[in-house]
Amino acid sequence: MAWQVQFRVFRSSRGEVPAHFDPFTVEIKPDETVLDGIERIWAFQDRTLTFRHACHHASCGSCAMRVNGVEKLSCVTYIQDVTSDGGTLVVEPLRNFPIVSDLVVDVSPMFHRMHEVGMPIIRSAEPLGKPENFNCFENCIECGMCVSACPVMLTSNQYLGPAALAAAQRTIAEPRGVDVRSIWQLADDENSVWRCHTAFECGEVCPSNGDPAGAIMALRRRLILERIKSLFGRGILARQRGG
Amino acid sequence: MTKPVAIVIGGGSTGAATAHDLALRGLKVILVERGEIASGTTGRCHCLLHSGGRYCVKDQEAGIECIEENIMLRKIMPDGLELNDGLFIAITDSDMDYKDKFIAGCEACHIPWEELTPQQALAIEPNLNPNLKAAIRVPDGVFEALRFCLSFLATAKKNGAEIHPYIEVLDLLSTGQGAIKGVHVQDRTSGRVYDIEGDIVISATGPWAGDIAAMAGASVPIQPTPGVMVSMNQRVVNLVVNRLNKAADGDIIVPQRQTSIIGTTSWPVDHADYIPVPEDHIQMMLEKGAELVPGIRQARMRGVFAVARPLIASAGQADGRELSRTFECFDHAKRDGVEGFVTITGGKATTARAMAEKTADVVCRKLGLDAPCRTRDTVLVSYREYYI
Ligand SMILES: Cc1cc2nc3c(=O)[nH]c(=O)nc-3n(C[C@H](O)[C@H](O)[C@H](O)COP(=O)(O)OP(=O)(O)OC[C@H]3O[C@@H](n4cnc5c(N)ncnc54)[C@H](O)[C@@H]3O)c2cc1C
Ligand code: SF4
Repeated sequence: MAWQVQFRVFRSSRGEVPAHFDPFTVEIKPDETVLDGIERIWAFQDRTLTFRHACHHASCGSCAMRVNGVEKLSCVTYIQDVTSDGGTLVVEPLRNFPIVSDLVVDVSPMFHRMHEVGMPIIRSAEPLGKPENFNCFENCIECGMCVSACPVMLTSNQYLGPAALAAAQRTIAEPRGVDVRSIWQLADDENSVWRCHTAFECGEVCPSNGDPAGAIMALRRRLILERIKSLFGRGILARQRGG
Repeated sequence: MTKPVAIVIGGGSTGAATAHDLALRGLKVILVERGEIASGTTGRCHCLLHSGGRYCVKDQEAGIECIEENIMLRKIMPDGLELNDGLFIAITDSDMDYKDKFIAGCEACHIPWEELTPQQALAIEPNLNPNLKAAIRVPDGVFEALRFCLSFLATAKKNGAEIHPYIEVLDLLSTGQGAIKGVHVQDRTSGRVYDIEGDIVISATGPWAGDIAAMAGASVPIQPTPGVMVSMNQRVVNLVVNRLNKAADGDIIVPQRQTSIIGTTSWPVDHADYIPVPEDHIQMMLEKGAELVPGIRQARMRGVFAVARPLIASAGQADGRELSRTFECFDHAKRDGVEGFVTITGGKATTARAMAEKTADVVCRKLGLDAPCRTRDTVLVSYREYYI
């Protein structure tokens, strides 16, 4: 049985101020997804609606948006989990990114940071007790949901942000050929791990077991340990200082 | 000398690879895509870097294309592929009857293969159906469709291409003398409508190729043929697992990141804009998938999606399974008497580079340019550089 759900969708055309919400009534089954509903609005009600999507199976990260105020990967967010028959869904673009139009944000600031950190996207897979060395894409799908949820990002656009810090921690823990010295420097900065207020909102919304909050804490512990070591003239920070 | 301008319509795997090839050959490339990059067929495909094994018996032309491109992509996209190989496993007697045909097909297409005993296969993949009777290992791989396109596009941008998502082609501009001279577009982020002129227009619009061709009064024999895929919340295998038999519904599980994607089905539709998922296909995917890997029954479903293949139609086909998976580049001057307009469609994401090479050859010949293809050994830059 299909439900009737009202989608209140954030609308803004490039440069248009102020933005507004458009209501759309959608017939949708409880086990369909928020992205199914948005695609149907585009297909049958309003061809001007713009939104990001590609893989529809939680692997590309592009369909991230805010649903009733919470960051969601819309392709795997089921209607029954976020509303009820006759209910309303408020759909907005991610925060802390420049808005291009409607639900489309410009994700390049995050990719700049990810590129700086330089995490390879391929890693050894979780072994299923196998003799062979399998490989697998990184868990982080670069969806930007942690960046959107982070209260510190709201106040400082200098902050490296949870996704890139989690990537830095991954790379330092498992360098796979990457030179980690510059990543240490990037991480050990007032706009980096030390700026995090440990609000843990990023970890709450991560759709991919990325645990950015945990990664930032781990990175802090490593940095503190390195500082202690460097007092005794050992460790990577000491070597850096020595040239 | 000013560079000739090539306008590419479509930001899926075909358009992305075509933009890359043409930019490397020295053309000024302007690519327009009406939505996000990879928001058409490419994004929602099964993400299998084909070894060619799935085609080596019935469609050897496609099989050969796949293995050649598979080997080439390993060189040019080294950091963007999960390369764990694939298994074709036999469970029934009918599967066993297919084994010799399959091996002969691999040989004919030059697909490297290795037969494993059931014990060896289970040692590599303990979650396989324990009743398997035979397993053949081939060099299948896995890509991530958005990043696959972005790698080509990032490299194209480095070589001067302009990539414009959210720009929809509303019409083709005609010279009035039977030639196309550009595109009439709308910027969907602002509503602005304007024209872009160029020396040649290339439609890489997959299952929408018929719509664009119609704007030129031309036609392409495209049959949009969707398939359903079901993704699970666990990576149940590390190798791609295929059923050792002729292509059928639900005969393959592709692991990717933390998920396993079961696919797929095949039926023809009139138009590719919106594909509702037939409910019975989901149940069928789960049942057929569990024949390959019984653990599918314990895993939870994560997402369901469907999208249309751009298959090139021929007479007398039924569900689309019989249509060739190879590609074709249509020069509309020859076909429909329309100059300045080329369509590239059919094929696979796996063969995007080869499709681009063939198209760019046609484009260069039409423009009188002598520029050889250089994509075979040009290593692509990181997809992240698309944003930089
Ligand atoms: C179910 C299924 C599973 C598949 N699995 C695999 C697989 O595992 N491996 C593999 O290699 N291949 C696979 N394929 C095949 C592969 O996905 C396609 O052949 C390939 O992605 C087609 O790419 P394309 O760029 O030609 O088309 P598309 O990706 O569809 O790109 C065309 C683009 O044109 C755009 N467009 C349309 N109209 C306009 C307009 N008016 N203006 C501007 N832009 C426009 C669309 O938005 C779209 O993004 C699969 C296909 C299907 C259907
Ligand atoms: S860490 Fe998680 S929330 Fe942040 S970008 Fe990666 S996948 Fe998305």
